[in-house]
Amino acid sequence: MSPLSNATQPKVSSGFRLQWEPVQDCHVLLYPEGMVKLNGSAGEIMKRCDGSSSIAAITADIEKTFALQGLEPDVVAFVELAGKQQWLKWD
Amino acid sequence: MAKVGLSMKETPKLPFVQDAPTDSVLPATPAIGPPLWLLAELTYRCPLHCVFCYNPVDFARQEDELDTEGWLRVLRQGREMGAVQLGLSGGEPLVRDDLELIVAEARRLGYYTNLLTSGVGLTVERAAALKAAGLEHVQLSFQDSTQEMNDFLSHTKTFDLKNRVAKIIKDQGWPMVLNVVIHRMNIDHIDRIIEMAVEFGAEYLELANTQYYSWAYLNRDQLLPTHEQLRHAELVTNQWRAKLGDRMRIFFVTPDYHEGKPKKCVNGWGNMFLTVTPDGTALPCHTAKMLPGLSFPNVRDHSLHDIWFDSEGFNRYRGTSWMKEPCSSCEHREQDLGGCRCQAFMLAHDPAVADPVCIKSPHHHLITDAVAQAASQSSSRMKEHPLIFRNPVNSKRIIG
Repeated sequence: MSPLSNATQPKVSSGFRLQWEPVQDCHVLLYPEGMVKLNGSAGEIMKRCDGSSSIAAITADIEKTFALQGLEPDVVAFVELAGKQQWLKWD
Repeated sequence: MAKVGLSMKETPKLPFVQDAPTDSVLPATPAIGPPLWLLAELTYRCPLHCVFCYNPVDFARQEDELDTEGWLRVLRQGREMGAVQLGLSGGEPLVRDDLELIVAEARRLGYYTNLLTSGVGLTVERAAALKAAGLEHVQLSFQDSTQEMNDFLSHTKTFDLKNRVAKIIKDQGWPMVLNVVIHRMNIDHIDRIIEMAVEFGAEYLELANTQYYSWAYLNRDQLLPTHEQLRHAELVTNQWRAKLGDRMRIFFVTPDYHEGKPKKCVNGWGNMFLTVTPDGTALPCHTAKMLPGLSFPNVRDHSLHDIWFDSEGFNRYRGTSWMKEPCSSCEHREQDLGGCRCQAFMLAHDPAVADPVCIKSPHHHLITDAVAQAASQSSSRMKEHPLIFRNPVNSKRIIG
């Protein structure tokens, strides 16, 4: 995978599935015999990682939704972490 | 069948979206969470006769399997309660010809579907049908009888079967977990086992040191490796890890007899794990049925909700309030929850005492004696006490 930039378009890796769990009141990422429980921020980022939205677009959408600004470093930090864990991938 | 593993993680806190606020007044007893992991043991029928199988030694008593509708009802009730991971296991689950129907309903309900199989019976056609039904992952285990182990190590029949099945799994695009139960007789071949997993293109390799329950407990003297064997196996494993990096992840299941540290068995009794056996009995762990004085409800008579929250069987060893010394004042009691109740019962004849694998247990000498005895065993003694294979004939003999 190439280094991250705000044009990177991450998506959930194959073999992983992101879904909303009402009982746990959060998004979870499911993979063979395991589960990552996502906190609110991580869920908001990951549900936007569809492989066609750039980090810039994902950030703009979250900033708009939550009426906040300057979130790009947080989004990049999470995507980087999720890439290392192989939860997200990109070209 | 080998026991299944569990992996649960949480993401680190991020600042910009607040998590839902928790109630400021804590309840007197911690809330019981959902059974996140549902293990459906669809059948005890199995073409293999593994000497380390965790299925109960009296499995031949259970011939009345839940029918398709019974399993679908279990899946629906589990999902409503919040179960997310579904393990389809056995015996060999592929002997059920309704497996595709079960997978399809599980997937529709939103489970992540895991098939735990020996691969026997996984043809190209069956794999395609399971993929179409929505199966997401196959855990392929290596069985082991002496002949098969020879075959496996010498690249003959078994290797060909596994190689073929591994290719079928890859062709369907499934992530592949290879599970190899490790014991005295194969531990010295660990280098070759890892090399084969690499050749198969496995994403994960689980080197599952035998856990001594059921058939494995009957055969413990023959299966327990020595300290030296284990140290060597760990060394080889770490060399491969360094070489492979992210290409294939290797899990080395902790051998609790040798480590002196109890495991947090199934992540805690009645905490996230729920097993349903072929006849519909619901259990908090694979082997809990052996425990005396406890009754476990059947899904034919009770809802999973009532079983999970209200049954005596599921509540007895939840949390820490049942503990005796040395567990009840131990600094590690929340981390290991006193270890395994079945191991405490099998070795110390009381399910409420500390797991004897713990160095603080007054029964710990039972473990060190067993390991010492394994180390001193000669091959002639092995011949006098042949391995007891898991099959209906031996099961019926044990029932008596």
